[in-house]
Amino acid sequence: MTTSARSGSRERGPLARIKAISLLSPDMSGRDARAPRKRQALRGIALPVLLLIAWEAASHLRLIDPRILPPLEQVARTAIVQIVDEDLLYHLAASLVRDAIGFTIGTVTGIALGTLLGLSRLADRLATPTFNGVRQIAILAWIPLISIWFGFGEAAKIAFISAAALIPVVLNTYEGMRSASNQLVEVGQTLRFTTPQLITKLYLPSALPSILTGIHLALIYSWVASVGAEYFMTVGPGIGGLIIAGRERFQMDLVMLGILILGLVGFLINRGASAIEARLLRWRPT
Amino acid sequence: MAQQGHLEIRNVAKQFQVAGALLPVLDNVNVSVAAGEFVTIVGASGCGKSTLLRLVAGLDRDYGGTIDYDGDGIDGPSLDRGLVFQEPRLFPWLSVAQNVALGLLNADMDTAAKRRSVAEHIDLVGLSGFENAFPHQLSGGMAQRAAIARGLVNRPGLLLLDEPFGALDALTRARLQAELQRIWSHERITMVLVTHDVDEAVYLGDRVVVMAPRPGRIAETFEVGLAHPRDRSDAVLLRTRNAVLAALEATTGPDGPWSSKPQTRPAAISIPPQQAAA
Repeated sequence: MTTSARSGSRERGPLARIKAISLLSPDMSGRDARAPRKRQALRGIALPVLLLIAWEAASHLRLIDPRILPPLEQVARTAIVQIVDEDLLYHLAASLVRDAIGFTIGTVTGIALGTLLGLSRLADRLATPTFNGVRQIAILAWIPLISIWFGFGEAAKIAFISAAALIPVVLNTYEGMRSASNQLVEVGQTLRFTTPQLITKLYLPSALPSILTGIHLALIYSWVASVGAEYFMTVGPGIGGLIIAGRERFQMDLVMLGILILGLVGFLINRGASAIEARLLRWRPT
Repeated sequence: MAQQGHLEIRNVAKQFQVAGALLPVLDNVNVSVAAGEFVTIVGASGCGKSTLLRLVAGLDRDYGGTIDYDGDGIDGPSLDRGLVFQEPRLFPWLSVAQNVALGLLNADMDTAAKRRSVAEHIDLVGLSGFENAFPHQLSGGMAQRAAIARGLVNRPGLLLLDEPFGALDALTRARLQAELQRIWSHERITMVLVTHDVDEAVYLGDRVVVMAPRPGRIAETFEVGLAHPRDRSDAVLLRTRNAVLAALEATTGPDGPWSSKPQTRPAAISIPPQQAAA
């Protein structure tokens, strides 16, 4: 693998350049490219590991009351008990499903709305000022209103998550549509693109980097909103509900476990989104 | 094929609204291009030559006079009139083959015929092997080749070229000019090329139309009368080049960008060339 990469970069001419570029792309990375990435990942893990050691030390040395900060092994034991004897996985699945439904509704609506506002002058003049006003209201402030409109159950939570996902997607889709190159639009006109062709062949792909930024934000916001909905609306299954229950029963190990899971899921969502983004935008010069 | 591609521009006038005032950019322009002919239009910056091309392409419909293509008035862009811009204007998220295929998006052909035509035209412009490259991986000359393939892939009767080699280095430009001449001989379609490069205009054109600025109008037309492919050092070509240059100079005055006379005035009051060209 190493030798083929070397001989490839020694070739002359533009074809060699293309080969060199594709060798650097993530799906074809050889061992050469992987080694420094591993080192970078290790550096990224250093701080969390230090924090865990500090946590462990603080609770064992009685620097902090273990009832407030239980030691790691107790959290781990709780985790096993929760997974084996209780319904941790069910709670996690409930949160994730709710998140996925809300995120999907918000993102799909957001792309449609952002496209409409970005491409139609009339829609832009009619609706953008209102949208910009409404989005200034903190998302949590909608909870009482949403609870009354959508009841206290699952529908309200999903509506809240959708709203949280919608806003960044609308804004970034709108920006992306607006920044489409007029020069390319002229090419489309010359080639007699129909309006649907202009949207699917030109505006959407050209707005894609911006839309993906919006979707990435929506993934993070909707996960935060999923937990927020569980905190502030009626208790139901979910990791948020688990944390609330832990607080009420003063089981800090359960609270810590919930928080660790929230962080881990958020981290994985973020990582997955970045990987998909890189794959979809591989046409861009780096 | 050879019967199609006849362009008739009569009494065309065009005005732009600039700061509330009407600025005439084209005035009484008459050009007739026979089917299969290669006509080049040369003129100073701001003589309206690109505007004229956009009118023929159908990108701008607000003008006076008539433009007929094969006997019909022009009502917006058509797949039978291809246009190559000064910039390649490739879609950066599509590969070379996909970009060329855009020219066939609305063509009345089955998928297999489309694929064949795309491959043929990529080969015609010498980009075989680069079908799957993205635009950012191409040099300027290669990108412009792809743009020419996109303009040709639907086999239009008329190909309009708006300073297509203006942004390329001299060597690449010369090579692409020769390639374009070969493609034109091969495809036998009508071509109208706008340029500010006199050598390019004379080397490529069966006829060279010289335009004068403010307002844009036809100053003079030259028949080159040489068969293609041409030799750049041909005596007739050089004589025509000098005549075209003299006509261009007359449109812009002795201080214009094409001035071949030696500077006689003191440097302190002479116009720097970049300013004169602007």
